[in-house]
Amino acid sequence: MEKVRNYTLKIWRQPNAQSKGEFKTYEVKNISTGSSFLEMLDILNEEISEAGEDPVHFDHDCREGICGMCSLFINGRPHGPEEEITVCQLHMRTFPNNTTITIEPWRAKAFPVIKDLIVDRSAFDRIIQSGGFVSVNTGSVPDGNAIPIPKQNADLAMDAAACIGCGACVAACKNASAMLFVSAKVSQLALLPQGQVERKKRALAMVDQMDKEGFGSCTNTGACEAECPKGIDLSNIARMNREYFTASLTS
Amino acid sequence: MGWFIKIFGSSLGKKLLMSLTGLFLISFLTVHLIGNLSVFSQDGGLAFNAYAKFMSTNPLISTVSYLLYASIILHVIVAIVLTSANKSARPVKYKQLNAKDNSSWESRSMALLGILVLAFILLHLKDFWWQYKFGGSYQFSEDANGNRDIYALVIQQFSTTFGLASYLIGLLALFFHLKHGFQSAFQTLGINHNKYTPAIKNIGLAYSIIVPLCFASMPVYVYFFK
Amino acid sequence: MSLDSKIPEGPLAEKWTKHQFNLKLVNPANKRKYDIIVVGTGLAGGSAAASFGELGYNVKSFCYQDSPRRAHSIAAQGGINAAKNYKNDGDSVFRLFYDTVKGGDYRSREANVHRLSEVSNNIIDQCVAQGVPFAREYGGLLDNRSFGGAQVSRTFYARGQTGQQLLLGAYSALSRQIAAGKVTMFTRTEMLDVVIIDGKARGIVTRNMVTGKIESHSAHAVVLATGGYGNVFFLSTNAMGCNASAAWRAYKKGAFFGNPCYTQIHPTCIPVHGDQQSKLTLMSESLRNDGRVWVPKELSVSEKLRRGELKPKDVAEEDRDYYLERIYPSFGNLVPRDVASRNAKNVCDEGRGVGETGLAVFLDFRDAIARDGEDTIRAKYGNLFQMYEKITADNPYKTPMMIYPAVHYTMGGLWVDYNLQTTIPGLFAAGECNFSDHGANRLGASALMQGLADGYFVLPYTIGDYLTGVPIKKIDTDHEAFTEAEQVIKDRIHKLLNIKGTKTVDHFHKELGKIMWEKCGMARNEKRLKEAKVEIQQLREEYWKDVKILGVNEELNMTLEKAMRVADFMELGELMVDDALDRKESCGGHFREESQTEEGEAKRDDENFSYVSAWEFKGEGAPAKLNKEALVFENVKLTQRSYK
Repeated sequence: MEKVRNYTLKIWRQPNAQSKGEFKTYEVKNISTGSSFLEMLDILNEEISEAGEDPVHFDHDCREGICGMCSLFINGRPHGPEEEITVCQLHMRTFPNNTTITIEPWRAKAFPVIKDLIVDRSAFDRIIQSGGFVSVNTGSVPDGNAIPIPKQNADLAMDAAACIGCGACVAACKNASAMLFVSAKVSQLALLPQGQVERKKRALAMVDQMDKEGFGSCTNTGACEAECPKGIDLSNIARMNREYFTASLTS
Repeated sequence: MGWFIKIFGSSLGKKLLMSLTGLFLISFLTVHLIGNLSVFSQDGGLAFNAYAKFMSTNPLISTVSYLLYASIILHVIVAIVLTSANKSARPVKYKQLNAKDNSSWESRSMALLGILVLAFILLHLKDFWWQYKFGGSYQFSEDANGNRDIYALVIQQFSTTFGLASYLIGLLALFFHLKHGFQSAFQTLGINHNKYTPAIKNIGLAYSIIVPLCFASMPVYVYFFK
Repeated sequence: MSLDSKIPEGPLAEKWTKHQFNLKLVNPANKRKYDIIVVGTGLAGGSAAASFGELGYNVKSFCYQDSPRRAHSIAAQGGINAAKNYKNDGDSVFRLFYDTVKGGDYRSREANVHRLSEVSNNIIDQCVAQGVPFAREYGGLLDNRSFGGAQVSRTFYARGQTGQQLLLGAYSALSRQIAAGKVTMFTRTEMLDVVIIDGKARGIVTRNMVTGKIESHSAHAVVLATGGYGNVFFLSTNAMGCNASAAWRAYKKGAFFGNPCYTQIHPTCIPVHGDQQSKLTLMSESLRNDGRVWVPKELSVSEKLRRGELKPKDVAEEDRDYYLERIYPSFGNLVPRDVASRNAKNVCDEGRGVGETGLAVFLDFRDAIARDGEDTIRAKYGNLFQMYEKITADNPYKTPMMIYPAVHYTMGGLWVDYNLQTTIPGLFAAGECNFSDHGANRLGASALMQGLADGYFVLPYTIGDYLTGVPIKKIDTDHEAFTEAEQVIKDRIHKLLNIKGTKTVDHFHKELGKIMWEKCGMARNEKRLKEAKVEIQQLREEYWKDVKILGVNEELNMTLEKAMRVADFMELGELMVDDALDRKESCGGHFREESQTEEGEAKRDDENFSYVSAWEFKGEGAPAKLNKEALVFENVKLTQRSYK
C-alpha cells in the first residue's frame, strides 16, 4: 500500500446563507493514508489559505466521533462510505489513490446552509426543548437506587441515548425526515421510569415540533439506521409511533 | 374532534392512515385472489361467473366495497400529500447520491410504484368492473346458470398481448409495492419487536411474491392455454 | 491584593453545611430581577445555567458550538465518582476526599475537595432523575466499577460514554429552561471580554461567529465555565475549538490565574502518526486493567520494529521489558496517569520506543486474551478495539496496540475562593475553567464530578449570596465600559485582519505547541523552561507581524476565530512557563527534573511549595506578579506518593 495519495476534491462552496453556492474542484497531493478525512481538509485549507483563498468551512470539534458536530456528505453518503463512524473517524486509507471525492453539506429545508459545508441544525435543539427532558429541578430527587430499573430496559435506553444529534439520519433520508433522532429521545425516556410522568405529553409535543420544523415524514426506508454513526435502531421509530398513537388516543 | 384532526394533521397520523388503508387493501387482495382462482375450475366459467354475481349483489360485500373504494382514494390522496411534503423537505438535491448503499430501491420508489399500481387498478376496473356494472361496449351473454358470462370477457382480454403485458407490468409493480409496503405498514403501526419483526418481514416477502404470482398465473394461463 | 480563600471555620465535615446556612438568600420575588451570564455549556456551565433558571434568575447562556449539547464534556469516556458506597467496600465521603487530595499530590484545598465529595452523591441522584441511563446490574440497581487504580468501586458509568450521557442530562435540563423562557441561548457565539463596572463584573462582549457582529450583554453576575487550556500544546485530546480566551480575557481584567503549569498528560492515547495530525485520540484508561505495557529491552530490537523488519508478536518474551510491572510491582500497569506517562517518555527517550516515530509503547492484550478468551476481551473493550482499528488499521486482537501520552486536562485555571468567585467580584469560574479541586493531578472520573458539583450544587448557593449585595438596577449596554470594551475588540480584529503576513495561524499554533510540549511538557527543567520563555516571546512577536488571516469579520471566519484564540494561547503559554519555573518541586503532573528521588520519582517539597500560585496581570509587557495562597492540611497527612 502506498503511503501517500492524491485526490481530486469537488467541494460545495457557498459564502453565506443568502448567496448561491457552487462546486469547486481542488487537487490535494501527498496525503498520508493515516490522515483522517478532516486532517486532509486541514491540509487543503492550509494550502488554499497560503494561495490567498478563503478556506473551506466545515463543522468539526471533538474529532473523536462523539460531539456530533462534523457533518459532511461524502461521495453520496453522510459521514462517507464506512459504517458506524463519523467523518472525523474516517481515514484516507479508505479512499483509493487518484480518485475524485465529492463533498456536500447536509441537504434539508430544516438544515439551511450557513456557509460552505456548515448547516444550521438548531431545529434539533428546538425539538428537544419541546419535551426531550424530565421536569425535575436540581435537588429534591430520590436516591439513585430508589427505583430499580431492569437492566434490559436500562440497556435499551442507553442504546437510544447514544444518539449524537449529528443529523446524518436527516441527511440520508430521501424525505429529510428526523424520525430517528426524535424517536431516540422519545424512546430513551419512555423506557425509563423517570420518563413516565410526562410520557404522553412528550411524544405529542416532540412530534408536533418535528413537523413544524419542516422535516419530511418517514417512509421506513431504513436509510437513517444504515447511516447512523451510533447504530440507533429503527425499532425506536416504531416505539415512537406507538407512543404517539397511544398518547393521541388516551390523553 | 380537535384531537382527531390533530392526529391526522400530523405526519405520523398521515402515516397511520397509509398503514391502515394499506393493510386493508392487502386483506382485500387476499379475498380477491381466492375468488379469482375459480378461473381455473374446468367448468367453462360457471364457478367464476357465480362468484362475480355474488360479489356484485351481496349487500355485505357491497358495503365493504365502498370501504374499499374509500381506502384506495384515501391511500392515494394521503400519499400525494405526504410525497409533496417530503419533496419540499429537501429543496436542494444532492449532486452525488449513493442511496443504494443504505436502502432498497422499492422503499425509495413507493410513489412511482404506487402510480403504476393505480394505473393498473384503473385499467383493471375499466376492463371488467365498469363493463360488468355499468355496461360498456361489451355485450354479455348468459352462461348455463343464467349468470352473465364475465368469464368470456376474461378470456377475451387476456388473449391479447397488450392485455397480458399490461397485467404483468402492473403485477410486477404490485410485487415491489407490497415488498416494502407490507412490513412498512407494521413498522408504522409501531409493531416492531425482536420476536415478531423477522416473521412479519418473511411473511411480507412471501405474500408480496405469492399473491402477484398467483394473479399473474391467470392471464398467463389464458394467454398460453386458452 | 491579598488572597482570601473564604474557607469557612469549623470542622471539615461541617464547613459546607454551615456555610450554606450562612449564605444570604435572594428574596424569591427578586430573583427574576437578576440577570446571570453563563459562558460555556459543558457539565459545569450547562448545569449551572439550568439550575439558575430553575431558581428563577434570568440567564443568558453562551457557547461557541452550534448547540449546547456539543461541549467537550461529551467526550469523557470512563465515568463519574461518587461516595455512595453502594458496593459495601468501605467507601465514604471522607475516603473519596482523602483519595482526591492524595491523588492531587497535596496541592488542593481540603475544604473544597471535601465539599466535592459530599455533593458527589447528590449528583448521581440528580442525573438518575433526569433519565441518564447509567449502567445497571441485573437486580436493577446502579453498577459501579473501579477506575484509575482506586481501591474501591465508586465509579458510575454509562458504557464508554459517561460524559456524553451526563452532558445530555444537563443539556435536557437546560433545554427545559430555554423552553420556559428562563434561559436565553446564544450558540455560535464567542465571549471576547468581560466588562467590569465599579469593580464588579457586569457583563461580557461577544462575537457572533456567523455574522461577525460584536455585541454587549449586561448582567448582575458572570460565570465562566469555559473549560481547560490543553490546546496550548496544539496536539491534545481536547476538541479543536477548546480555547482559553474567556479565562485569559478575565485574567487580563484582573482575575488571578491559579497554578497554570499543572497539566495532565494522559498515558493511553493513540500515537502521533505524522506532521499532518491535528488532534489526538484518547483510548480509555480502563484498557490498562488488562493490557500490559512494554517496550523491547534492547535498542536494536526497537530499531528493527520501527523499520518494520520485525513484528511485535515475534519479539520473544525474554526480550520484552514490561517496565511498569518491573518498576512498580504492587501497582504495575495501573499506576496513576502521571507516573505511567512519565515512564513512557523515559523509555522512548532511551531510544526503546516503537512505532514509525519511535514515540510509542506497546499495550499488549496477548496474555489477557490467552487467559480470558477473545470473547471476554471483546465484551469488555470491543468498542475501543474497533475504534483503534478504524484509526490505525491495526487489529489489537492480533498485534499489540501502540500508545503514547498526550495532553488531556489542565488542573490549573482561574483562581477562585470557596464560593467559586474569582478575584473580580461577580465573576465566577466553574469546572475545568477554575483551578479548585484537583491539585496538581486529577484522578480518573473526577472531572465530571467536579463540573456537575460546581454547576448543580455549589454555584446556585454562592451566587445568590453575592447577588444580595448587588443593586437590582440593570446597567444598560450603552454604558461607556461596554462601548470601550467593544472598541478594543474591534481594533484587535482589525489589527489581526490587516497584518496580512505570510504564515498561517496553524503554523504559529504548531510552533507554540512544539515549544510547550518539548520544554514545558512531561518533564521540565530550568534551562529548557528559560529557553521556552524566550522562544514564546519571539514567536508572539513574529505572530503579530507575519500572521496571515483571510476573509472578513462580517462572515463566518474560522481563521479569524482561531487567530484570536492562538494569540491568547501564546500569552498563556508564557505564564505556564513562568509558573513551571517558579515551582522548583515536582508534584503531580508537574515534574521538575531537578526535584526527583534517587529512583527518579517525583519529589515534592512541602516546606517551600505548599501553596497555590495565583498569578496577577500587571499590564502588557510587565511580568505577572505571583501571589501565594498557603495550603493548610489539618485532616490529611502529607506523604510522598509511592506506587512501588
